[in-house]
Amino acid sequence: MATGTRARPQGQARWRARDRRRGPARSRRLATATLVVLGLAVLLVPLVARLDQSQVDLHSASLPPGLAHPFGTDEMGRDVLLRVVYGLRVSLLVGLVAAAVSATIGTLVGLAAGTLGGMADRVLMRVVDGFNSVPHLLFGIFIVALFSPGATAVVVSVGLTHWMTAARIVRSEVLTLRSRPFVDAAISAGSGRTRIVLRHFLPHLGPHIALTAVLMVPHAVWHETALSFLGLGLPPHLASLGNMINDGARSLLAGDWWPSLFPGLFLFLPTLAISSLAQHWRDRSDPRRRSELQL
Amino acid sequence: MLRADGVTVAYDRHRVLDRVAIAVPPGVVTGLAGPSGCGKSSLARVLALLLRPSAGRVSVDGTEVRRWRHRAAPALRTTVALIFQQPRLAVDPRFTLLDIVAEPLRVARLPLDRAERLAEEMGLTPDLLVRRPHEVSDGQLQRACVARALTLRPRYVICDEMTTMLDASTQALLVGRLEEYRRESGAGVLAISHDTELLDRWCGPDSTVHRLGPSEDLPGE
Repeated sequence: MATGTRARPQGQARWRARDRRRGPARSRRLATATLVVLGLAVLLVPLVARLDQSQVDLHSASLPPGLAHPFGTDEMGRDVLLRVVYGLRVSLLVGLVAAAVSATIGTLVGLAAGTLGGMADRVLMRVVDGFNSVPHLLFGIFIVALFSPGATAVVVSVGLTHWMTAARIVRSEVLTLRSRPFVDAAISAGSGRTRIVLRHFLPHLGPHIALTAVLMVPHAVWHETALSFLGLGLPPHLASLGNMINDGARSLLAGDWWPSLFPGLFLFLPTLAISSLAQHWRDRSDPRRRSELQL
Repeated sequence: MLRADGVTVAYDRHRVLDRVAIAVPPGVVTGLAGPSGCGKSSLARVLALLLRPSAGRVSVDGTEVRRWRHRAAPALRTTVALIFQQPRLAVDPRFTLLDIVAEPLRVARLPLDRAERLAEEMGLTPDLLVRRPHEVSDGQLQRACVARALTLRPRYVICDEMTTMLDASTQALLVGRLEEYRRESGAGVLAISHDTELLDRWCGPDSTVHRLGPSEDLPGE
């Protein structure tokens, strides 16, 4: 009797544990497959496509999705599928570079604040607070307005408005590392500050910085899209997801849903896949979280 | 002589050391005993120039210490070596055992062959030296830490509860190696432990064993 009452919760717990394990594994496989397919499309389609994504064909304007044009055509008769692939390529590239720029700035500021401590730390963290208090998009628009529209302006805008998260993460990790006995041992062995940063801090920070940068990519892609949608990002002739959604918004009034739906879908899918994989990576890289997941 | 006079260390409102004086002469073993939480490790960190005291003076061979941690001159820092209580926390988990032993030599830009020789003297075989801390036992790791502490031939060695977590044979090996080093180099050793029997055995009848009392909270405002 006692054994029976104990066995049931154990069985349920086992099923729940199995579901917990399988759920993330399924979404991880789906995310990986999505990224592989999109990555191959972005790399291979421009090589094998016989159509020109910027070729205007007014006779084929605003055609709905069909066999000749699976995602339809826009109001200028350009193939939406081809432009979506080119747009994704541009948006992802801008997103990757912008994420790398913001992670680099954040790492340098966080390292300086955490390592120097004292007044330098207080001043740098107030600068971070100051940047955080300004709405990102508004500040991004201001920065873009200083440059001529283009990929560089977007990268600078995203880089300068998104480094604060990386700075906070790196600083808090450095503060933890600073109080570890192995850092004391290195100081006792004669190591200077630079050596401690290069040999002890940076290798420990590597996974945190990489994860922050990866999580930044979807955000940067959205930021680029928002700027391009507002007409402040990449030049209108260049296919980017933001430009396409902006162009497609006009067609929506005429009842043409496809020029804006497909770029929106291709913005949503990779960002969701990258976020899902990055969260999995974060869970695996944290030993405490990993042991919780195994329970 | 490694000397601390009137050293006070307080963390927020909790005073762990109150005007403590200690002298570690070269060539002999000095003992430091006291219950847990009485400030033994804080005093060890002060003497190893890793913790600036709230008040008091520390001098190494007559040179008064005015800067601490990485701000202190490397030559002064390497005069005093500290062996930590928990070897697993005292090593960078990404380093191999050889990297751990050789770190002071790399910093000082000296040939690394000395690290291998010292590791061998501590019973660390070449197959152990390529392993990382999570692949070896606490005893093997502490042997690497002792080898690291001796690489630059310090004038003073502070052993902060060095053998607390280890079995009797490893304890004997580490104490024996340090005694050998002390006799050969004339270095001063400060042995810190809550185990008074170990201190009595190690220090011998002629050495001084200092005792620290329990720490106290500072009076509120």
